[in-house]
Amino acid sequence: MEIHLPNSAFLGNIDPFLKSFRADRPGELKITANKKWISVHPAVLCMVASLGLIVPKGNVSCEKFEARSKHYFERMGLFNFLGVDSGIDVVEHEPAGRFIPITQIKSSENLSSFLTDMVPLLHLEQQHAETLRYIVSELVRNVLEHAETEHGAILAAQYYPKSNTIRIGIADTGMGIRTSLGRSYSTDTNLEALRLALMPGVTGTTRREGGSEQNAGAGLFFIKSIARVNGDYFMIYSGDAMYKLLPKQGARPGLRADPFQDRHTAHEGLPEWRGTLVGIDIKLDSTEKFSQLLSLIRNTYAEAIRERRRARYKKPKFT
Amino acid sequence: MTTISIFALAGGFAENKDIAREIRLKSILPALEKRDMVTLDFAGVTSTTQSFVHALISDVIRKYGSDVLERIEFKGCGENVREIISIVADYMQHAD
Repeated sequence: MEIHLPNSAFLGNIDPFLKSFRADRPGELKITANKKWISVHPAVLCMVASLGLIVPKGNVSCEKFEARSKHYFERMGLFNFLGVDSGIDVVEHEPAGRFIPITQIKSSENLSSFLTDMVPLLHLEQQHAETLRYIVSELVRNVLEHAETEHGAILAAQYYPKSNTIRIGIADTGMGIRTSLGRSYSTDTNLEALRLALMPGVTGTTRREGGSEQNAGAGLFFIKSIARVNGDYFMIYSGDAMYKLLPKQGARPGLRADPFQDRHTAHEGLPEWRGTLVGIDIKLDSTEKFSQLLSLIRNTYAEAIRERRRARYKKPKFT
Repeated sequence: MTTISIFALAGGFAENKDIAREIRLKSILPALEKRDMVTLDFAGVTSTTQSFVHALISDVIRKYGSDVLERIEFKGCGENVREIISIVADYMQHAD
């Protein structure tokens, strides 16, 4: 596999980066980077770190970073994670600001303690902390329950003061959305699986309306809704498909159950990502009051269920 | 009357579904079996997740039907906790 860290890869311009990733030769990993300046979304860091976990030790080759921003990657723990010596010394006068370094979460207990420690790292107000904890809890639990990977979830986050935004990435190298959903829903493509997974009430554990006793199939719908209402980016990449919710929604307010009805981009035929990668941005200026958001979700969810029931309803045929 | 403190078992951010499952299996369902009323006390819980509440009450609603909501009281809920409980109660009453 080969991955190149470009000059810039955030959710708005991540597409070329994903297309450039080479997924062949899965037993080895070669990492190269822009020589002048590298500025990337935490989801990109999670992706690289995850690849490092599935390649046998000693088969990771990482060229020496020359970019002026190289210290950031040391601070985020990337080289440590990959088991490579960066040759970079981080000194105190090179602050990375408010961030969560690349972190591996492998169990429910790990997650609970991480959620407690996470908020002070980002110095968040209560209102923002609540949204962030919600997102991280639901996404990481999804990985722990459905991905079936010994490596768990890889997570990183960074606060960007200029845009007053928190960017979060979560990656896993498990079975991916299509296989996970395939236990209850058959789909022809990875993109179709992503679309289903983002709809309320769709879970791989059962086709029953209301879900199973442990899963409702609502987690991703909630996360996409949080991004939708706040006008933020949300991206999910699994298999060879990627769905990206775009922040400017024009004159169509409200939530929609079908993610394809939101303003978005979607790609198929990307290099195969064995697992799932999620990236989300949370603009702290515009964070909708969480209770108002929940109220919107409630209405959309109920309408989606009613619609599915109507679609299933069959009239008797009289001849 | 059986009163269960969610804060004591799941903390201020009630999100651990394994704990929710334990509460459902070991406390809520046995109390309902005995025809007891159940109070789920959320005092001290500042927030929760849909997944937690789903693991806590969805199977109870499925087993006993929506009438069971007359035998369960949700106490000490803040605005967000209240909304999340309402979402789960809503969709479970439309469930199969």
